[in-house]
Amino acid sequence: MHMADALVAPAVAGTLYVCSTAAAAFSVKQVRLDTDTKKVPVMGVMGAFVFAAQMINFTIPGTGSSGHLCGGMLLSALLGPYAGFLTMIGVLLIQCLLFADGGLLALGCNVWNMAFYGCFIGALWIWKPMMKNGMSKAKIIAASIIGCVVTLQLGAFSVTLETLASGITELPFAAFAAVMQPIHLAIGFTEGLITAAVLVFIYEARPELLFCSSQIERKEGRFSFKNTLVILAAAAVLIGGLLSLAASSYPDGLEWSIERLTGSTELEAAGGIYETADSIQEFTSLLPDYAFKNSESASGTVFSGIVGGLIVVAVCIGACYLFKFFRKNKAV
Amino acid sequence: MSKIGDAIYEIHSMDALAARDQWVNRIHPLVKFILTVGYIVAVVSFQKYDVIGLAGMVIYPIAVFILSELSLKDSIKRLRVVLPIICFVGLLNPFFDKNMVLFAGAEISAGILSMITLILKGTFSVLASYLLIATTSVDKLCYAFRMLHIPGAVVTQFMLTYRYITVLLEEVNRMTQAYTLRAPGQKGIHFKVWGSLTGLLLLRSMDRANNVYESMLLRGYRGDYQYMRERIAVRPQDMMYLLFWMGVLVLFRLYPVMWIVGNLAGGMFT
Repeated sequence: MHMADALVAPAVAGTLYVCSTAAAAFSVKQVRLDTDTKKVPVMGVMGAFVFAAQMINFTIPGTGSSGHLCGGMLLSALLGPYAGFLTMIGVLLIQCLLFADGGLLALGCNVWNMAFYGCFIGALWIWKPMMKNGMSKAKIIAASIIGCVVTLQLGAFSVTLETLASGITELPFAAFAAVMQPIHLAIGFTEGLITAAVLVFIYEARPELLFCSSQIERKEGRFSFKNTLVILAAAAVLIGGLLSLAASSYPDGLEWSIERLTGSTELEAAGGIYETADSIQEFTSLLPDYAFKNSESASGTVFSGIVGGLIVVAVCIGACYLFKFFRKNKAV
Repeated sequence: MSKIGDAIYEIHSMDALAARDQWVNRIHPLVKFILTVGYIVAVVSFQKYDVIGLAGMVIYPIAVFILSELSLKDSIKRLRVVLPIICFVGLLNPFFDKNMVLFAGAEISAGILSMITLILKGTFSVLASYLLIATTSVDKLCYAFRMLHIPGAVVTQFMLTYRYITVLLEEVNRMTQAYTLRAPGQKGIHFKVWGSLTGLLLLRSMDRANNVYESMLLRGYRGDYQYMRERIAVRPQDMMYLLFWMGVLVLFRLYPVMWIVGNLAGGMFT
C-alpha cells in the first residue's frame, strides 16, 4: 500500500503532509505528557522489531500462499496510539529512504494511510473500547482482526482518493476502488490473524505489555483496603445470614463421635467445676447454640449468623492490626 | 540470498556508500535534503503530457551520479519495488485515455504520453532518494532533521530504529533459518507457531529495549540525543551548491530547456 512519489500531485502530498504533521505533533505532545525518557528507546527498538517481523513469511493454511505482518495495529496494541504512530513514521521513513518502498514526497500520504488509521483508529476506536472492561483472548482476537480489516480498508480507500485527486491515473474511481478494496480485505484479514496470534501470545506471557492493561491495573489499584473490608463484611453477613438457614441440623463430626460414645451430643458434666463453668458460659454467651436465648425461631438463627459473621470479621481485623502493631514495634 | 539477507546487505552497503570520502558526501546534509525534496516536488509537478520538459530533469541524477561516483546499476535495482506499482497504474492509461496528440510531428495516444511521464516521475524520484541516502549517513540526516526542528523524540526514535534493524534482522534470519532446517519443504511459518515465534522475538526485543535504555542512561542520556560529535557548519560551497542546483531546477522546470537547445542546435545546422 506504499504510495510512490510519482502517484501523488504536490498539492495532495502537501495536504497529507500537513494532516500527518498535525497528528505527529499531537502525538509528540501526548507521549511527552504521559511517559518518561524510556519510551523513545523502546519505540526505536519496537520499530526495528516491526521492520524485522515484516520479513517473516507466514504460511496461510489451505491456500499455499504466505502473509506478512504490517505492524500498525500491533504497535498500537503494544505502545498505545501516540507512541505507535510515531514509531510507524520512523519505520515508513526507513522503508522509503533505504528500500525505495514509498516516496519521500508521498511520505505524508503513507503515514496517513498506514500509521494514522492503524494507530489512531485502530487503538482509540477499536482496541481501547473493546478492552475497556478487561481483556480476554477472544477480545484480543476480535479486536486484532476487526482493527486490521477496518484500518486497511480505510487506508486502501484513501490511496484511491489520493490517486484520484492527484489526477495521475485515467482509471475510473469505481474501478480502482473495486480492485483495491477486496485485495486489502484479504490482506487485512490475514494480517489480523497474525497480529492476533502474536498479541494472544503476549497476553499469556506478559499481559502488562499490552495497551490498556494499565487501565485494568489501575482499576485493581483503586480497589482499596477499605473496599475490600466492606466486601468482606458483606460476604460474611450474606454467608452467615442466609446460609445459616440451611445449616445442618445434624451434629458435626465431633458431636457425632460423642453421640456414638455417650448417646448424647452433650457430655454429661458432673461436679462443681463443670457446673460453675457451664453457668459462666450460659451467662456470657449472647447466642447459645446460634439463636436467641430461649428462641428456636428462624429469625434468631439469621441474626446469630449476621452477628457471628461481624464478630469474626472484627476479630480478624483486630488480630491483623495487632499483628501489624507488634511487627512495627519489633522492627523499631 | 534470502529476502532478509538482501535487506541486511542493502543496509550495510548503504552505510558503506554514505561513509565514503567523496565531495558530494561532504556537502551539508540539510542542503542535500532540501535539494532532494525540491527536486522531487519539481519532478512530480510536471503536467502529465509534458514528456520533453520532464526528460530535462534527468540532468540532476546524471550529474550527482558522476560527482559521487555511484553505480547506476545498483540504484536501478531499487526501482524493482516502485516500478511494478507505477506500471500497474500507468499501463492502464493508454486504454482509458485514447485522445490523440501531436508529439514530435507524429500522432500519438495521450494515454501513452501520460504513462511515460508517470514512469519517468517514478524513476527520477527514486533515484533522487537513492542519491540522498547513498551520500548521507543516517546520523547526518538526523542532524539535518533536528535543524528543521523535527522533534527530538521522533528523530531519536528514527535513528534507533535504523540502528537496531540490522540486529533484529539478523535475529529473524537466525530464527527463520533454524525453523526452516527443522521444517524442510515448508514455505513459511506454520500457523500454529505464528504467535510463539513472533511473540518470542517481540519479548526479546522488549528486553533489548530495556537494556538499550539502561546503557543510554549510563552514558548520560537525559531525553535528548547528540546526533553528531561536533556541529556541522554550512560552508559557502554548500550554499553555492544549493543555489546552483535550485537555479538549474527552476530553469528546467519553467522552460523546456532540452527542446530549446535542440531547436538551437537544429538552427545551427540548417
